[in-house]
Amino acid sequence: MRHIRATVDGEATEFLCDEGSTLLDALRDSLQKTGTKEGCGTGDCGACSVIFDGRLVCACLVLAAEAEGATVETVEGISKEGVLHPLQRHFLEDAALQCGICTPGFLVAAKNLLERNVDPSEEEVRFWLAGNLCRCTGYDKIIRAVLNTAAELRGESS
Amino acid sequence: MSAATGEQKFRWVGTRPVRPDGHDKVTGRARYGADFSLPGMLCGRVLRSPHAHARILKIDTAEALALEGVHAVLTGDDLPDLTSSEESSSLSAASRNIMARDKVLYHGHAVAAVAASTPEVAREALALIRVEYEVLESVLGIEEALADGAPLLDEELRTKGEEDPKPSNVAAKVMFSNGDIEVGFALADEIVEREFTTQAVHQGYIEPHACLAQMGEDGKATLWVSSQGQFAIRSMTAGILGVELSHLRVIPAEIGGGVGGKTTVYLEPLAVALSRKSGRPVKMVMSREEVFRGSGPALGTRIKVKLGATREGRLVAAQALLHYEAGGFPGSSVQAGAMTIFSSYALEHLEITGYDVVVNKPKGAAYRAPGAPMAAFATESLMDELATRLEIDPVDFRLRNAAKEGVQSAFGPRFRRIGLVETLEAIQAHPHYRAPLKPNQGRGVAVGFWFNAGLQSSASVNVNEDGTVSVVSGSPDIGGSRASLAIMAAEELGIEYEAVDVTVADTASVGFNDVTGGSRVTFATGMAVIESAREVIQQLRERAASIWDVEVDQVVWQEGRACVPDSKEIESLDLKAIADQAGETGGPITGRHSLSARGVGMGFGAHICDVQVDPETGRVEVVRYTAVQDAGRAIHPSYVEGQMQGGVAQGIGWALNEEYIYNADGELQNPGFLDYRIPVASDLPMIDTVIVEVPNDGHPYGVRGVGEVPIVAPLPAVANAVCAATGVRFTDLPLSPPRVLKGIEDAETVS
Repeated sequence: MRHIRATVDGEATEFLCDEGSTLLDALRDSLQKTGTKEGCGTGDCGACSVIFDGRLVCACLVLAAEAEGATVETVEGISKEGVLHPLQRHFLEDAALQCGICTPGFLVAAKNLLERNVDPSEEEVRFWLAGNLCRCTGYDKIIRAVLNTAAELRGESS
Repeated sequence: MSAATGEQKFRWVGTRPVRPDGHDKVTGRARYGADFSLPGMLCGRVLRSPHAHARILKIDTAEALALEGVHAVLTGDDLPDLTSSEESSSLSAASRNIMARDKVLYHGHAVAAVAASTPEVAREALALIRVEYEVLESVLGIEEALADGAPLLDEELRTKGEEDPKPSNVAAKVMFSNGDIEVGFALADEIVEREFTTQAVHQGYIEPHACLAQMGEDGKATLWVSSQGQFAIRSMTAGILGVELSHLRVIPAEIGGGVGGKTTVYLEPLAVALSRKSGRPVKMVMSREEVFRGSGPALGTRIKVKLGATREGRLVAAQALLHYEAGGFPGSSVQAGAMTIFSSYALEHLEITGYDVVVNKPKGAAYRAPGAPMAAFATESLMDELATRLEIDPVDFRLRNAAKEGVQSAFGPRFRRIGLVETLEAIQAHPHYRAPLKPNQGRGVAVGFWFNAGLQSSASVNVNEDGTVSVVSGSPDIGGSRASLAIMAAEELGIEYEAVDVTVADTASVGFNDVTGGSRVTFATGMAVIESAREVIQQLRERAASIWDVEVDQVVWQEGRACVPDSKEIESLDLKAIADQAGETGGPITGRHSLSARGVGMGFGAHICDVQVDPETGRVEVVRYTAVQDAGRAIHPSYVEGQMQGGVAQGIGWALNEEYIYNADGELQNPGFLDYRIPVASDLPMIDTVIVEVPNDGHPYGVRGVGEVPIVAPLPAVANAVCAATGVRFTDLPLSPPRVLKGIEDAETVS
């Protein structure tokens, strides 16, 4: 067992983990942060996307022990003091989710994109989100929600 | 119940409010199948067959049981034998599918399960279970299954619907016919005939199957599970284990996609049985590899179609021979394939024969419009070819033959009011249809049909003390149906949408509901909600009448208020005011309705697809796509569009990439999202949608189901576009780069 100290969704957090367990296991099982989803466990679906020290990663491909001293941001930290992030709001207004299982991963990945590039083209959004699988929407409304959020963040009316 | 008319005026129907469960789903708070846990919970795992076809000689679980941390081990011997009961043959097959008895029938078939203190111990325990197999020759396709002397999956299996059948791998034969096809083909100036094949594909929902079970010493159990129907899970789990329905409470988790694949059981009876054995709660979650190997895909098909038409473009005869793989147990979607294959057209002479064929692959499960996309691939490809030969515009050709009200369908009944003609006219009028194409691009069109289902639903509408309203439904919400139900309740009651919330209740808290499937929830459960709301309105009028001391008949419910139209003295009362006095006027105000829905509105769609084909590599890219569909009435248009876009994307994946790849021994080679590649965001364009509304007169608002139709047309629409781009008529899916490249090269060699 390893004793890990990390900052998760803005809070100083400690947990114990096995050498072999993943950050996803630690989030879901040890910290009960089940908002981050497991769709494949092999880094192919993006449902467990989190921001790890500023980088977009699949939590299923990161060892829990690697989180020592790290800052981890999950879907559960996106809204602040009960107020939805514009991305979350646009996902709802634009009906960018159906079953919702991929939504946490898409929100985390898209937020990371908009923090790097507030004026992405449709193609840039599609390629940035190509690591996140959605089987319900055909991506159309997801892409629109991200582009509409970007426009709002730039101060343009969407 | 008032019939729908085109002139209904609505306040909420047709608007796009935020879904009631939306906030939970964008904040990570929504709880899906794998998100539940209980104190003392064990981890359940399944041991799966490494062989496609083998006899189980012996299973030794002693070593596994002896391992510290292992609390229970389960094999087929622990489950009741249901084979003797003729009536429960599907339940018996489900039981033998979730846990093999004497034989394993596919690579991935469950042979044992364990419950252990941790996932690591469970994995170790699985490795300690000794299974002795006698490996048998496997049957991996229709050809092999039908061959003389083919190994039999089930020595007792005889073809239903065939006279004097001998044991074979053909489980059933279905036939539909009308007129005389000899006469019909004699009238034809042009006849086309081809054979088409499709491969096994998976629904590809992102959430793996997951459940948590707890059974007490009194034999009563609770099951938390992500599924398309808590009542279906309850009846199958209880039936397989021999438990009374009232002793099993199934609590629906949020469901992370189902597409038909979560209408049956895999883990649930095992989790309950392991909990019974261990006395502890047991959680089971499939890995992605297990989802591919051990759940139910849509399997492969071989379909031969012959069509005849006159010079003027009138279809005169159609003949089809369909073979559908069922997987290890009977029950493919061949019947629905046969029933849909010619149903888009008015045809006097037709003959359809279908066969259900068992093969050593996972037992197939429903996949969105089960059986129809493959059938449409065959027919719509040939419709395209006929149109070209007759030199008629492909949409015109379809319009000349389109099914409409009064036409006898290929599967029997005459169509009521349907919207195929309107959808075809809409694609013809769409700018996409005339947009210029670039070099190496091609355009294809196709139509799709699905019956849609009604089935049974129950709902209740409860007026709360503060005037808000709680709708209780038993239909899991997979694509935003809570929003549609809330819209319909608010519309009937004349109140704010935001005053309505919708709960999907467990099996002990709402009357029976069939699964969320068959595109039925907004239609059938919606009707149960509308009727419940009307019951509430009746009670509100009665309460107002008693408050005012007038006859109920004098009270009218209008725009959310009770009023007496002719009275100047009586001031109207809104729902909140009446709710506030409910205790004094007769108690809580609640409406409840259960139904077996009638008046299903059949669904049609027409699609336009543009592709670009790279002649160097054979890679096909969909560059523009427009889907038109008759929704009858779109309650929440965004979620109708969402169904259309999602179905199109799945159909494009089926047409271009997706297939189960087996080696010669029947081992699945691509059980993961890296090698079984579903479309990603960068593979697709925006998917334009046009909703046509030809109201269904069997529903108060005119609703038709919309979920399944959208996956039917894409297979042929894509293939027809590739044909237009390359000049090659492809008859085998998927249209992967090697296949397309070979097709192009072969055509060049011939010319």
